[in-house]
Amino acid sequence: MRIFRFIRGPIETDELRRELADPSCGGYAAFEGWVRNHNEGSRVRGLEYEAYEALGLREGERILDEAVERFGVTRVACVHRLGELEVGDLAVWVGVSAPHRDEAFRACRYVIDEVKHRLPIWKKEHYVSGESGWVNCERCAAAPVGASHEHAEGHAHTR
Amino acid sequence: MSAQSAGRTDPAPAVYGLVLSGGRSTRMQRDKAILTYDGRSQLERAMALLTPLVARAYVSVRAEQQNEPLRARFAQIIDAPGHVGPIAGLLAAQARHPEVAWLVLACDLPLLDAATLTCLLRARDPARVATAYRSSHDGLPEPLCAIYEPRSGAALAAYVASGNDCPRRFLRASDIELLDQPEPHALDNVNTPEEYGAVMAAMRSPASTDLRRLTVQYYAVLREQAGRREESLTTAARTPRELYAELRSRYPFSLAPETLRVAVNTEFRDWSTPLADGDRVVFIPPVAGG
Repeated sequence: MRIFRFIRGPIETDELRRELADPSCGGYAAFEGWVRNHNEGSRVRGLEYEAYEALGLREGERILDEAVERFGVTRVACVHRLGELEVGDLAVWVGVSAPHRDEAFRACRYVIDEVKHRLPIWKKEHYVSGESGWVNCERCAAAPVGASHEHAEGHAHTR
Repeated sequence: MSAQSAGRTDPAPAVYGLVLSGGRSTRMQRDKAILTYDGRSQLERAMALLTPLVARAYVSVRAEQQNEPLRARFAQIIDAPGHVGPIAGLLAAQARHPEVAWLVLACDLPLLDAATLTCLLRARDPARVATAYRSSHDGLPEPLCAIYEPRSGAALAAYVASGNDCPRRFLRASDIELLDQPEPHALDNVNTPEEYGAVMAAMRSPASTDLRRLTVQYYAVLREQAGRREESLTTAARTPRELYAELRSRYPFSLAPETLRVAVNTEFRDWSTPLADGDRVVFIPPVAGG
């Protein structure tokens, strides 16, 4: 079973956890990414996510398929928030169930890493100073030609 | 305006259409209204686009043009005496029907499409003096594809009485609703034989089959810099690489193509993917999920 979703309201983790229960599974791992109150020296007041949803759903499902194929896990789910979030809000949730703990941990890590690098989703941070900026985009604009954003490390949280 | 809401709020005034055909076409040296594209005159084309969208449609003419055979086929409003140019047509129309809003249209817009008119009507704000598009060339209001509300009548009369006759300047000084064009070239007009020749060549030549109509969607920082979420455009760009270069000349995109990815029809694609008519293209700024 694979669930990939974007959601505009709060993520109901209890419900998602129940969806992952399976009698053949002895291990369950979950990851929660939260909105942090600072990033790269700036105090963060809140943020907003915007996604290219049609492509994001396809890419998200591909990531989950890869996790199942690589690690042989049984069930995997990922839900990502869109819209405006406040400090402390749950921004992204990943859950995996598997016969044993090792593949559950590894698949969970794989999904969140791939989601961060591949999903067409953008984060605009609003700072306490009153300024705001698109994470990874403002610096790219100034970066020399050939600089790759794939190695940028400007994530506000989940690190 | 629904019957239910009519009891609580005043319904917006009806919209009548006015196609301006009284221009003297001095630069073209031929009557622009009867120039044909695809076998149809500009005036017929403009009336065909406008008529289904408004309660009534008229052609604005100078007195001496009334019996010209093409213009004689349509309901006419004759220019107010003593005025010249587009403003003469609008004044005459407002004098005839001061109670309605007038969608005024130049007749020399060969690239005008129905979407541009329906978007204008949909976004119309009857509480303002007028609703108009922002020119994709200079950012100023386009006065000759715009809706003038009844409330504009008194202000326009005063503007003209003080010796002015430029409708664009009138809009710049008024409280108007200003929109982005859904198709940036739809209001490009044709004033000279050279421009006419260029449009005819683009429509006819084998190269015109090499033009394609694309939809581009913008997200995040690109959406903010383009000032829109989506647009459809006709372009000679053959690949996403050429398309992004073209768009960069129009919008202040700060991101170099090296920092972006491309999607065509909801799949990641290469920058050199051939683009086809009807394709939907998205440029993907550096992502930041999680």
